[in-house]
Amino acid sequence: MSKTNGAALPQYKPADFTSDQDVRWCPGCGDYAVLTGVRKALAVFGGKKEDYVFVSGIGCAARFPYYLDTYGMHTIHGRAVAVATGVKLANPGLEVCVVSGDGDLLSIGGNHTLHAMRRNVDLTVVLLNNRIYGLTKGQYSPTSEVGKITKSTPMGSLDAPVNPLSFALASGATFVARSLDVDVKLFESIYSQGVAHPGFSFIEVYQDCNIFNHAAFFYASQKENRADNTIALEHGKPMVFGASRNKGLRRCPDGFEVVELGNGISEDDLVVHNENDRSLAFRLSQMRHPEFPEALGVLYRNDSQPTYDAMVHNQIAEARRTKPEANLESLLLGDETWDVG
Amino acid sequence: MATTETRKPEPEQLDSVVIRFCGDSGDGMQMAGGQFTTTSARFGNDVATFPDFPAEIRAPRGTTFGVSGFQLQFSSSDIHTPGDIVNALVAMNPAGFKTNIWDVEAGGIVIVNDDEFDKTQLKKCGYPEGYNPLNDEQVNNRFHIFRVPMSRLTRESLADTGMGAKDIDRCRNMFALGVAYWLFQRPLDDTIGYLEDYFGKQKHKPEIAAANVNALKAGYYFGETAELFPVRYVVPAAKLKAGTYRRISGNEALVLGFAAVALKSGKDVLYASYPITPASEILHGLSRLKHIGIKTFQAEDEIAAICAAIGGAFAGDIAVTGTSGPGLALKSEALGLAVMYELPLVVIDVQRAGPATGMPTKNEQADLLQALFGRSGESPCIVLAASRPSDCFDTAIEAVRLAVRHMSPVVLLTDGYIANGAEPWLVPDAESIPQIEIPHPTKAFDPEKGFQPYIRDEKTLARSWALPGTPGLEHRIGSLEKEEGSGAVSYDPENHDRMVRMRAEKVARAADVIPELGVRGPESGDVLLLGWGGTFGAITSAGDKLRAKGRSVATAHLRHLNPFPKNIEEVLRRYETVIIPEINLGQLAMLIRSRFLIDAVSVTEIKGRMFRVGELVDRVIGIMDGGADR
Repeated sequence: MSKTNGAALPQYKPADFTSDQDVRWCPGCGDYAVLTGVRKALAVFGGKKEDYVFVSGIGCAARFPYYLDTYGMHTIHGRAVAVATGVKLANPGLEVCVVSGDGDLLSIGGNHTLHAMRRNVDLTVVLLNNRIYGLTKGQYSPTSEVGKITKSTPMGSLDAPVNPLSFALASGATFVARSLDVDVKLFESIYSQGVAHPGFSFIEVYQDCNIFNHAAFFYASQKENRADNTIALEHGKPMVFGASRNKGLRRCPDGFEVVELGNGISEDDLVVHNENDRSLAFRLSQMRHPEFPEALGVLYRNDSQPTYDAMVHNQIAEARRTKPEANLESLLLGDETWDVG
Repeated sequence: MATTETRKPEPEQLDSVVIRFCGDSGDGMQMAGGQFTTTSARFGNDVATFPDFPAEIRAPRGTTFGVSGFQLQFSSSDIHTPGDIVNALVAMNPAGFKTNIWDVEAGGIVIVNDDEFDKTQLKKCGYPEGYNPLNDEQVNNRFHIFRVPMSRLTRESLADTGMGAKDIDRCRNMFALGVAYWLFQRPLDDTIGYLEDYFGKQKHKPEIAAANVNALKAGYYFGETAELFPVRYVVPAAKLKAGTYRRISGNEALVLGFAAVALKSGKDVLYASYPITPASEILHGLSRLKHIGIKTFQAEDEIAAICAAIGGAFAGDIAVTGTSGPGLALKSEALGLAVMYELPLVVIDVQRAGPATGMPTKNEQADLLQALFGRSGESPCIVLAASRPSDCFDTAIEAVRLAVRHMSPVVLLTDGYIANGAEPWLVPDAESIPQIEIPHPTKAFDPEKGFQPYIRDEKTLARSWALPGTPGLEHRIGSLEKEEGSGAVSYDPENHDRMVRMRAEKVARAADVIPELGVRGPESGDVLLLGWGGTFGAITSAGDKLRAKGRSVATAHLRHLNPFPKNIEEVLRRYETVIIPEINLGQLAMLIRSRFLIDAVSVTEIKGRMFRVGELVDRVIGIMDGGADR
C-alpha cells in the first residue's frame, strides 16, 4: 500500500484487528470466515491500522465494522458506498473498505454502487451475497433466483435476479472478482489484491445464510462438486477445470463452450484468461451453473485508470497553481465595488 | 456625454422608485435589471432586487409562462424590500405586459416595445382576436402607457453594423435600459464599462459590445429627443454607512461565508450537493473556489450528497450539503444519522413553494417544521434561518461554529427570495472575522479504557472529533443506539433514555452562545411582530410604517429557531399581542403557542412571493382595531 510514508510499519497479527465487541452473527454464518479472511489479510498487508476505515450499510453483513479494531462507520440502509466516497474525498490517504450485503449494495443502495463504480472511486467493496434478506428474517433479495419461495413470495418470486459481476463490469468497476466464504485463503488473496488495486474494487463473495437460505451456493462451495462447477481463473493460463482437470472452455460462435480435454482437444485450444480484457470478463461473469462452471478469482482489472479521488485532488492542486493566492479580502470584494462616504 | 443635462420641466424628486423589467425569458431582462441595480447602487441609492423567472429555461416565445422579470427598488433612504407596488414597468412583449400590468400602481409608468404588440404576439399570450390592450381606454386611463417602437429603433440604430437581425434584436434590452436610464437620470458609464468588459474582454466579441453600447445610447437619446415623457425623475443618494460596498445575493453570500470558513479554519470544506432550484448557485459558486480548500462533489442524488458530506465529516472536513425542500425530505434519514453519530454537518435548505415539486422558482418558508422535526425518532438539530441576502454570510459562518462546537448537524434555512434577491453589502473587513479553532484529540483521555468516542465535554455536552489516521483512537460510530461513553451498541432501556435526553440537551445548550433577541421599536407595548427568515425586510418595513402611523408596534426577528434565544419568552411577554407573519400556515406560531402558551396571532399568506408591506400593515391594523384575522 502506498498510503504510508517512510516510517517502519508495525508488525500486526490478525488479533490486532479484533475489536472488543462480541460477534453476533448466527453460528455457522458464512460471514465469520470472511471476517477471519479480512483480519488475516490486514495483518499481512502492511498498512497502518489507523489508516483503515470500514464502512457498511444495514443488514447482517453490515455489522462487520463493529468487529474490526479500525476506524469504522455503520451507516444506514444502502448508503455505505456514498458515505465511503465522502471519506475518500476528505482524506484520500485512508484505505476505505465497504462490506455489505446484496440487499444493501444492489437493491436499496444500487444507485450509489453504480455511480461509485463509474467514477472509479478508490474503494474496496466486498459484497457478501447470500441471495436472501437475513436481518429482516427471510424475504427474497435482488440476487435471489426466480421462483424463490420466501415469506414475502409464497407463490415464488417473479423478478429476475441481478448479476452482480456483470453489473460491476458494465458500470465501470476497475477490479472485479469473486470468492467463496468457505475458502479463506482464496478470499484473503483476492481481498489483498482488491485493496492494493487503485480504483473501485468489487468482490462478490458467495456466502451461506444457514438460517434463511442454507446451501444456496453449495454447488460451488462444497468439496465434492466445487471443482466441476467452478473455474479458478489465473491470468495468462488456459481455462481448465474439473475434478481431474479434464474440462476446459473453448471459444465457439456463441461465445464459450465446455469441452472435454483429450480426443484431439488440448489446452492450446482453450481460452486463455486475460484479466485486462473486459469483454472476456463480461462473458465469464455471465457463466451460470449448471450450464457453465462459475468463475472464481479475478475476472477483470485495470490498474491504470485514474481514480476519482486522485483526480479531485489533482484539480485542487491545479487550481492552487493557476489561481491567485487565497485571499479572503479580495474574495469578499468581488469584481465590482463602490465606496460610500 | 450629456447624461445629467436637465431639460425643460425640473425633474421630479422621489424618495424611492420600484421598477420592473419584463419580457420573454430570452430577452435579457435579468441583465437589464442587474445593470440598473449596479448603476443605482453606485449612484448611492439603497437598492433591493428580486428576479422572477420561469422554471422552463426557454419556454415557447411570447407565452405568458415564458415571461422573465426583474424588479428593483432604489431609494434615498434605508429600504428592506424590492417593493410592493411597481411604479414603472418596462414590458418587452404582450406576454410580459399581460402578466405584470396589474402589479403597477394606478397612474404608474408603463413603457412597452410597441413593435411586439402585433397580431401574432397578442394571440400567443391569449388576448382575444382583434384586441390590443394598448388601445384599451380603461388601461390608458389607469396607466401612463408609453409606446416605443424598440425593435425598429434598435434595428435602425444598428443598421450599419453588418450584424444579422437576430443579433441586433438581442440588443433591444439595452435600448429599453437606455430609455429607463434617461427617465430616471442614471449615468450610462457603469453599464458601458460592463458591456465592454463582458462582451469585449471576456467573450472576445468587441463588435457585440459596441452594438450593445450603441443600443443603450440610442435608447437614452430617444428618451431625450422624442419628448415622449412629460417629466423625468430623480431619486437622490441615500445616507448609507461609509465604506466599500458590493452587490450580493443570498446564494453568493453563502458561498463567501463558506470561503471565509475555509480560510479562517485552515480546514477543507467539502460541499456535496445535487442540483436543485433555487440552491444550485451555491454549488456553482463553491466549485470555483478549489484554490482556497473547497471541494465540491456533485453527487448522484440528494441522499448520496448528504451521505458523502457525513463521510467527509468523519474524516475531518467541514462538511456542508445544500438543497431545497424536496431534497431535505430525501436527506432526512441521513440527517438523523448525523444526529446519531454526533458529527458536525451543515445542511442548507433554500426553501421554495411546495409540497412535492410545488413551484420551484417561487418563494415560501414552509420547511420550518420539516427542519425541526422531519426525521424518525427524537432527532434534534440546531436550526438557523438567514433574514436577508447579506445575512447569509454571517449565518453560514455561525452554522459552522455551532456545528463544530456542539458536534451536531445544523440546518440553515434560506429561501428563494433571499437566495436570488440582492442588496448592497458593506463588505466586512476580512481581518475582523475571528479564526475558527477546531481541535481534534490525538490521544485517549483514559489510557486504561482506550479511546471512548462518546465521552462528552461537561459544558457543551459535545463529544470529541477524533479523525481516522490518528493512531490509537480507532473507533466505530454507528446508526444503532450507543452506550454512553464507550459508544458500543446498546439496547439498554436506561441508556437509551439517557442518550435521547443527552442529545436534546446538547442542542439546547447551544443557546449559551446564541445572542439574545432584540427588538426594533418600543421595548414593550401593544404588538410585537415576530418573524423568522426571509420575511425580515417585509416585517421590518411594516413595523416602521405602523410606528409612523402612531401604532405601538415593535418587530423582532429570529435567526435561531432551535434552540431559541434564551430571552425569547421574556421578550414576547412584554407585548399585549404577538403577531407572527409567515409564508406558511403558521409554523412558528404553532411552536410559540405550544412552547410558551402564548396566544400568538398567526398572519399567513402562501402566494409564492414575499409579503407586500402595505398589505401586511393593513392586516396588522385590522387585528389591532377589530380582532380581525384571528
